[in-house]
Amino acid sequence: MQRIYFDNAATTSLDPEVLQAMMPYLTEKFGNPSSIYSYGRETKIAIESARKSVAKILGCRPAEIFFTSGGTESSNTAILAAVRDLGCTHIITSPIEHHATLHATENLAKSGLAQLSYVKLKDKGHVDLESLESLLTANKGKTLVTLMHANNELGNLLPVKKVGELCEKYGAIFHCDMVQTIGHYPVNLHSFPVHFASAAGHKFHGPKGVGVLFINESVHIHPLLSGGSQERNMRAGTENLYGIVGFAKALELASAQYEEDQKEVGALKAYMCQSICESFPQAICNGDVKGSSLYTVLNVAFPKTEKTDMLLMNLDMAGICVSGGSACSSGASSVSHVIKTLYNGRSENLTPIRFSFSRQNTKEEVDRVVEKLKELL
Amino acid sequence: MSLKLPIYLDNNATTPMDPRVLEAMLPYFTDRFGNAASRNHPFGWAAEEAVDYAREQVAKLIGCDPKEIIFTSGATEADNLALKGVYEMYASKGNHIITLTTEHKAVLDTCKHIEKLGGQVTYLEVKEDGLVDLQALEAAITSQTILIAIMYGNNEIGVLQPVKEISNLARKHNVLFFTDGTQAVGKVPVDVQRDGIDLMAFSAHKMYGPKGVGALYVRRKNPRVKVTAQMDGGGHERGMRSGTLNVPGIVGFGRACEICMNEMEAEAARLSKLRDKLEQSLLALEEAYVNGNREHRLPHVANISFKYVEGEGLMMGFNKDIAVSSGSACTSASLEPSYVLKALGLGDDLAHSSLRFGLGRFTTEEQIDYTIKAVSDTVLKLRDMSPLWEMWKDGVDLTKIEWAHH
Repeated sequence: MQRIYFDNAATTSLDPEVLQAMMPYLTEKFGNPSSIYSYGRETKIAIESARKSVAKILGCRPAEIFFTSGGTESSNTAILAAVRDLGCTHIITSPIEHHATLHATENLAKSGLAQLSYVKLKDKGHVDLESLESLLTANKGKTLVTLMHANNELGNLLPVKKVGELCEKYGAIFHCDMVQTIGHYPVNLHSFPVHFASAAGHKFHGPKGVGVLFINESVHIHPLLSGGSQERNMRAGTENLYGIVGFAKALELASAQYEEDQKEVGALKAYMCQSICESFPQAICNGDVKGSSLYTVLNVAFPKTEKTDMLLMNLDMAGICVSGGSACSSGASSVSHVIKTLYNGRSENLTPIRFSFSRQNTKEEVDRVVEKLKELL
Repeated sequence: MSLKLPIYLDNNATTPMDPRVLEAMLPYFTDRFGNAASRNHPFGWAAEEAVDYAREQVAKLIGCDPKEIIFTSGATEADNLALKGVYEMYASKGNHIITLTTEHKAVLDTCKHIEKLGGQVTYLEVKEDGLVDLQALEAAITSQTILIAIMYGNNEIGVLQPVKEISNLARKHNVLFFTDGTQAVGKVPVDVQRDGIDLMAFSAHKMYGPKGVGALYVRRKNPRVKVTAQMDGGGHERGMRSGTLNVPGIVGFGRACEICMNEMEAEAARLSKLRDKLEQSLLALEEAYVNGNREHRLPHVANISFKYVEGEGLMMGFNKDIAVSSGSACTSASLEPSYVLKALGLGDDLAHSSLRFGLGRFTTEEQIDYTIKAVSDTVLKLRDMSPLWEMWKDGVDLTKIEWAHH
């Protein structure tokens, strides 16, 4: 049975070209980049070239790119630093952020270090910018705004430029979780006001265990991890050399085909959305599916019946890999915090399924999945 | 006979990956790429299963339960998690931590960070041989002490601390014992039960596994130890360390542990023989000294000081052909002399003219023979040019000379 992988928002397969770029650093070029002899110098050069390449693609300076162990570490570093080092005493976020953001901000609030406000959402799950502005004007002290560029479950896109400008207007620090968008869209980090941005390699056919934190050169923070002086004293620990090389390569490959991917993968999503709507008139495509939405994610809520109870399992038995929510919370069988929030808690009659695509998926696969859904429901 | 240069003798900084480890990892880069937290499909299950299997392999090497292993991005993160995590979790019990001046930077810098948060840290001096003074350790324990943080094997001089005695003291005073096992795990038998360890950090790339992955052992029974998470998110690793698991890295770590477990005994015997050969040959040069206790030491490490040799010249003499370092990699870019050697009482000069040899799985006798010759030649050449050496040879007591300052 040929499996169909429609869970690319959870993780993506490594591009063979990326693996090829990583291979020398998994074998003969193994030196510790902090060592001063040839083995160390060649790996140090590899890391600095990767940094330059990433910075160029993301429209920022190499000195603003810090390699981390992944998106979670990047977001934690930014959020903690905004409070601890930049003096933020108030955090604005949304109730449908990734758990890395939600839990990091909750913990800061619990420990009394910052007050926490949640921005209101509009009907389709978009951040209500008026609500954001009124929270910013409430003047509760220096504020951190942490909002994700694309929601990992719904796909809704944040107007980052507008949010960045609002933050700038009110002197707030802006952290943007761009884990679902870096590697999928051309991102220019100097084209709008943003202080921190998080990215993860494995969301765009790069390796797991490596991420990036962009820190705007206008802000100065202390590291999350203490120890060696790697990453210019900002991130201690021997560098994940092959991971960093892979991250850069994956981003290079992605940036070479942004437009193509956006067109082709976006067409798959639109096609699937249409097929599902035609076949299941009662199904709802969640979020702003036809508007400002990530081209890789389609979230569909099927009316709950006894047949939908076993839907994920039955799809799996048919070799179709999807998820009910994000991978991080997919252990829990209940409806995710994102869907609950979207439906104001009245989501018990729904079975949400997230289909997420990559350039490796095809129209035929969509047809097969829709056929299977018809069979199952 | 062709010897491939440069020779790598810096296995304490990092190790080349064993091809068997890479082989185990490759499928998880490509076909089995799933997110280990994806619970609804086989890509996720395959990844989760692989992580579980690796967790068993890692646990077996140190004699613990797989549930006691928290995967991290490396030893530095694990050190941070252990120290900050215990400091926060046990705040109601006390705020005092005891460590050594010769610990790795990841431990020392984290301790400094904790001091800024209001914690008390005692940095104990070590004895001349690099070992902890157990009496001083016991005397430093107060009612506020929550943690003793002493490394298993030192990264620069290789000395093995008396962990059993340390843990006995810790138990006696109801204090937790954390050890940085980065250099020792996989090289010498480490058993958290026998050794009485409550928390231990270690990393894959020091034992022929991949970079970017490590672990923290956290004891679950007698006593049950808890740490406050330092990274929040999806609640991976039983809530103690969030973030999508580095599946290929973890698989490689597991395989690396398994290989070490199977081959450790024979490998330690082989390496200590080579190390001793290297050491004895270099000690045959006059005025050369081994730093640190020679008996309680990792089998593959030798740190040797050469008197009357100018430090920079020493490295320059052969660093094109032989990769060694004068201290830890994390600090090797700086020109400061090693703080570990200084803690043993070495002056700046002698600390500068010291070399750390870290042998490894791929070190051959031929390489050692080459190294002996290259290092000896350099030392002799430098001494030929040294007026101090000449004076010492002439029997001048250099300690009694009054140098003109200028």
